[in-house]
Amino acid sequence: MKLELRGITKRFGTLVANDSIDLTVNPGEIHALLGENGAGKSTLMNVLYGLYTADEGQILLDDKPQDFDGPGDAMAAGIGMVHQHFMLIPVFTVAENVALGHEPTKALGALDTAKARQQVIEISERFGFNVDPDALVEDLPVGVQQRVEIIKALSRDAKVLVLDEPTAVLTPQETDELMEIMRQLASSGTSIVFITHKLREVKEVADTITVIRLGKVVGSASPNASTSELASLMVGREVELTISKKQAEVGDVILKVEDIAALDDRGQRAVDGVSFEVRGGEVLAVAGVQGNGQTELAEVLLGLRSSLSGRGHIELTGQDVTEASVRARLDIGLGYVPEDRKKDGLVSEFTIAENMMLNASYKSRFTKGLSINFPARAKISADLVKEFDVRTPSIDTPAGNLSGGNQQKVVVARELSRDVNLLIAAQPTRGVDVGSIEFIHEQIISERDAGKAVLLISTELDEVLALADRIAVMYRGKIVGIVEPSATREQLGKLMAGVSA
Amino acid sequence: MSIVELSKEERIGFKSPFIMGGLGLLVLVFFGLLGREGDSTFLLSRKDDVVQLPELPVDSSTLGLVSGLLMLAIASYSFVLARQNRKSPMWLAVIFGLLGVVALLGWLATGNTIPVAFIAGTALVLAVPIMLGAMGGLMCERVGITNIAIEAQLLTGAFLAAVVASITDSYTLGIIAAMIGGALVSMVLAVFSIKFLAQQIIVGVVLNVLIIGITNFLYQQWLTEDAENVNFPGTLDIIKIPVLSDIPVIGPVIFENRITVFAALVIVPTLYFVLFKTKLGLRARAVGEHPLAADTVGISVARTRFWWVTIGGMSAGLGGAAMTIGGGGAFGREMAGGLGFIALAVVILGRWHPISAAFAALLFGFSIILRIWANQVSPGFPTDFIAMVPYAVTIIAVVAFVGQSRPPKALAIPYTKG
Repeated sequence: MKLELRGITKRFGTLVANDSIDLTVNPGEIHALLGENGAGKSTLMNVLYGLYTADEGQILLDDKPQDFDGPGDAMAAGIGMVHQHFMLIPVFTVAENVALGHEPTKALGALDTAKARQQVIEISERFGFNVDPDALVEDLPVGVQQRVEIIKALSRDAKVLVLDEPTAVLTPQETDELMEIMRQLASSGTSIVFITHKLREVKEVADTITVIRLGKVVGSASPNASTSELASLMVGREVELTISKKQAEVGDVILKVEDIAALDDRGQRAVDGVSFEVRGGEVLAVAGVQGNGQTELAEVLLGLRSSLSGRGHIELTGQDVTEASVRARLDIGLGYVPEDRKKDGLVSEFTIAENMMLNASYKSRFTKGLSINFPARAKISADLVKEFDVRTPSIDTPAGNLSGGNQQKVVVARELSRDVNLLIAAQPTRGVDVGSIEFIHEQIISERDAGKAVLLISTELDEVLALADRIAVMYRGKIVGIVEPSATREQLGKLMAGVSA
Repeated sequence: MSIVELSKEERIGFKSPFIMGGLGLLVLVFFGLLGREGDSTFLLSRKDDVVQLPELPVDSSTLGLVSGLLMLAIASYSFVLARQNRKSPMWLAVIFGLLGVVALLGWLATGNTIPVAFIAGTALVLAVPIMLGAMGGLMCERVGITNIAIEAQLLTGAFLAAVVASITDSYTLGIIAAMIGGALVSMVLAVFSIKFLAQQIIVGVVLNVLIIGITNFLYQQWLTEDAENVNFPGTLDIIKIPVLSDIPVIGPVIFENRITVFAALVIVPTLYFVLFKTKLGLRARAVGEHPLAADTVGISVARTRFWWVTIGGMSAGLGGAAMTIGGGGAFGREMAGGLGFIALAVVILGRWHPISAAFAALLFGFSIILRIWANQVSPGFPTDFIAMVPYAVTIIAVVAFVGQSRPPKALAIPYTKG
């Protein structure tokens, strides 16, 4: 089916998320939509899928104009979507999730579970997905959950399949498998829209590339174009794709973790006997597919989550902090950039200045006796905003009003402006624009060069390879191997899938 | 699989065996060893029943002794399970509870008789408003709307059933009016929480205050002035289902009741079937768990929520009717008396499952009749203390067996899309 978008414009208040975008996807084509975080790719696809209504413009399928009132209409017209944040119900089985919305029924509206299971098995076998229809979705690893999403779309006879950042949660091998599936689907006539910001994948699988920047189509490219060419088209200027860094000058052990274990929110063991050391002047990266215990590990190190009693201990600059409070750990010199800045990093309704003093609310440079030293706070905040290049109208702007990249810079500024010995940076560049990514990476490296220990937790392999001095790979709560950054993607991919080196 | 060494946090723990052991000992000592002299007679049949079962006289302290020992046996079994890090099954807890109740009844009725069918039957009748209210609340909560206003719906139903039945002389119209009234209260809640994205708890509280105010006002200004014409409905006829009502014990308890009780007994399994076995239920649960995901497969979140909340209101309205024309007759000032809130607790206690919630409602019904009956057979004994027992057991059961329950994920969160 041929898909055509004509002059799609979508505004949120004064923000123009999509500015008269034109896009044509031919039958059987893999069309990559390339753009930075915040460029408006997902908004465009949500318009296509009927979740948002466009302010202007037209959607045509096989040259017929469409009028979608909701996702139901889009689906009926043959559009399927694999969302970046999976649209699966965790407590339902795979079959129930796939059937939801077009359930096969028997008399009295009773669910025909046999039929629903059969449908899953059929599609699963056709593409070699190997998905159990009776498994509860919450028990499945993210890679399999994504397959369930694809099955969901295919079971509705999707002629146009939109994949929104599908590789974010996959190992390199799974990514290769996904690309193979995409080619297979395309050759059977399905049109595929592949949304991503990863250049390597685009070059490998796309037939056509459309680049979006700040809500506008800025050009198209062929997959033969060089990586740097695509990058500069995407960002709008020359980009440094690699970060230059000196040889690490390794110092004393700052963080020592021995055999710690922790449970996740469901009471399952998420961290299971993890041991490692981070020395001053080095970046230890914890790599791995999302959901293998990295989040819980970071929380345990900060003290937000308790580690299992009677097991292991954590030492920070020689002191045992296994039972210490969060504040005690911060006082010893722990800096923490959380994985989800909106949830754990900032109070969106607070101003930038208020956010800057969140972890220094007592006896600090921001206080005077029992009260806040407002002039000092204003001055420090203004200096930090300048130093860390936070683009904001003023220090009194609520943090929630900033873009993702600038919000993250506020968090980084707050953490690094204290005298830290250890910086734990969890997904420091998730949802951040390329300019901010470069800046944050530079800050992390300069901390390392200043002799601080850095623990980087990241699911982005590119980021890990660019910054790490050593790479620890986590799989199902365990560290399956610690390797040098000279390791190949294949080696890392195998580790990420649990195959020990 | 290799044996993993479990740490303290991962173990099931010995909480439930120890609590059960303690309770078993209490029964053994107080009802058994220190028990009262004399026989308690369990009456399984009523005088006019077709099939007459013999009376069962048992020595009260022997009963306490045997029950206590059995309870201790169950506690030890539970201890063995916990040693192997296995949870004690729910049915075990139910048997345990029943043993305790039998011992308590036997002890209270020393030298007296225990009309089993009467106690069970009355417990059921008293549980019906709670049960229907809980089903209403459950239907709301399963689609993600918190319904604090069950109390208001019970009151509305009770009021309208009494008044409409009195005026029109038709119980059918009374019941219909009660259900419509409950639905209207629900619709207000639905519109405010779905359309205006209001805080559901606040809307619920406001509705409760509003309905209490309105019914109080009307009761004072109208019903008491002209009680004969507008608040004198009488009660529904008791229907005896042929053959089935002749079964000993079960017959009089279940198959000889008013239509409101039968309705509750039909609604509970029906709701279970709809919720877990049909397309409608799958969609409703999807909306309550992850509304955005439901939306992306073409399910209208607003419409689903609206109708489930509305129909839930009808169930609670019917529960109100059960209080007046299905039981007490005339409407009384604030006669719901907190049953709506108990229904809310029942939903949670039943872990958002219709069948478990119905049993939880029965427990509350039982505790009401227990207080009344205990006062008759053992006058002078602090009945409030007796009435407390089922609740104490409930709390222990929740802590020891139910554990952490998972409410629908999207509960009380208004749904908006971009």
